[in-house]
Amino acid sequence: MENPLLSYTLFLADNSLITGQRLSEWCGHGPILEQDIALSNIALDHLGQARMLLQYAAEQKGEGWTEDRLAYFRDEKNFRNLLMTELPKGDWGYTVMRAFLYDTYHFYEMTSLLQSKDKQLRAIAQKAIKEIRYHAQWSAEWVIRLGDGTEESHQRIKRSLVELWPFTGEFFETDEAASGLNANGIAPSYTHIRTQWNAKVEEVLALATLERPADGWMQSGGRKGAHTEHMGYLLAEMQHIPRSYPDAQW
Amino acid sequence: METINFEERFQEYVHSEQKVEPKHWMPEPYRKTLIRQISQHAHSEVVGMLPEANWISRAPSLRRKVALLAKVQDEAGHGLYLYSAAETLGADRADLVGDLLSGKAKYSSIFNYPTRSWADIGAIGWLVDGAAIANQVMLCRTSYGPYARAMVRICKEESFHQRQGYEIMLALCKGTKEQKEMAQDALNRWWWPSLMMFGPTDKESTNSAQSMNWKIKRKSNDELRQEFIDKTVPQAEFLGLTIPDEQLEWDEKTGHYRFGPIDWEEFYHVLKGNGPCNKERLEARNKAHDDGRWVREAANAFAKKTQERKGEHSAA
Repeated sequence: MENPLLSYTLFLADNSLITGQRLSEWCGHGPILEQDIALSNIALDHLGQARMLLQYAAEQKGEGWTEDRLAYFRDEKNFRNLLMTELPKGDWGYTVMRAFLYDTYHFYEMTSLLQSKDKQLRAIAQKAIKEIRYHAQWSAEWVIRLGDGTEESHQRIKRSLVELWPFTGEFFETDEAASGLNANGIAPSYTHIRTQWNAKVEEVLALATLERPADGWMQSGGRKGAHTEHMGYLLAEMQHIPRSYPDAQW
Repeated sequence: METINFEERFQEYVHSEQKVEPKHWMPEPYRKTLIRQISQHAHSEVVGMLPEANWISRAPSLRRKVALLAKVQDEAGHGLYLYSAAETLGADRADLVGDLLSGKAKYSSIFNYPTRSWADIGAIGWLVDGAAIANQVMLCRTSYGPYARAMVRICKEESFHQRQGYEIMLALCKGTKEQKEMAQDALNRWWWPSLMMFGPTDKESTNSAQSMNWKIKRKSNDELRQEFIDKTVPQAEFLGLTIPDEQLEWDEKTGHYRFGPIDWEEFYHVLKGNGPCNKERLEARNKAHDDGRWVREAANAFAKKTQERKGEHSAA
């Protein structure tokens, strides 16, 4: 079995990488120039965090691994990101709702990692937390604006909330590696994060005049490398140049 | 009674190298020329995001991906300052954007060419941003204050983009045989369109004389083009790439490079809308605008509600 710390570092790294990759698809296509800039900025933050985490994972893996080799030369089954992060960008409401559900989770996750016994994860969390606080605020504001905006925006964001909800259960799953790391004070308790997340999500949805969907069947598999059909296309696009010219430096 | 001729006074004012500010009197044609020029420049920044954004998802390393995304985001920022500069002249941003979307307003034709390989991202940074900088450095001294000041900021960022582009080319030229071929192919395709960016020759340029007289423009199209060629040829040599112009030759006497004829027919075709990507670029801008309509409406409706609630609150 892979070293639990490495496995966990890659989980965090892949969430940031795939989120950044998806969000960057909006660049040049946003609903208004100011928001095009804001979302590109957020995508840049995620990609920056992904790089720090992948560099740390590469250091743990040794043997000539680099951030780029991890990003471009791993196959789909070795990516551990949450399924929600790989779903296509959808309309602005879908992007904003996904961002809100994930950012809120990411904020509590990184806040807990500020106390991690692992020095490197702690340092990364310290560097990233300000950015993530802003992401969570930005996406919550947009959820409220669209939920309490016009009838059309309310209907659209409501639909996105319902479609995305089954992907939130995966946020709080813990495998053996993660519970071991939690016991050692390296990874946070995802049960605790779930309580914080629930409270915040309910508060914001209420302000947005949206109803929290009931917790029904939840999708799962990302951590184990069992991805949606969308992931293959995302990776094909992202990885094709380095894989076409495996000896090249860019 | 003594009559004051405002136009003459204005002409003296700009000739004494003083800046015109938004509240100053200015001839109507000066205002119109500037609104046209600044808004075209803003549209070029915004449309110019598209050919490059096309490669963000495929950038071949994470470092390059982040740099490209940041660069395209800077262009959106340039678009914003320029629309604001146009607004200081009494134009309305929504109207200006409307003119772009309807096809009435122009933007730089260079963005109607496709980005076919990763090397195009290098070539655009090196050549297209390089040509833009030659023009923009001149505009830092333009007579209209807000435009000149926006240009100072934009030039700093553009120089950084140009270095990044050149660095992409350098990495390709030091790389594998395929990478070097990619770089040469990109140079072949972007060289002539970059020279066309400076506009028609001085003989053919209709707006130039008046703009020079108002100190909006400080150098002629041909002068700027020559400066760009003189600066760029040694950079291509350093990369080990060949400029696709058999007539290109150093002229000892003039101290400039001589170059072959530019295909102005192609230039006018692309300008008229027949370039390889004119249709895609306008469609992409229109799609973003149309898809974003409900979002903008919701944001306005929410802002209005918030305002009303504040009103009720303070009344109570």
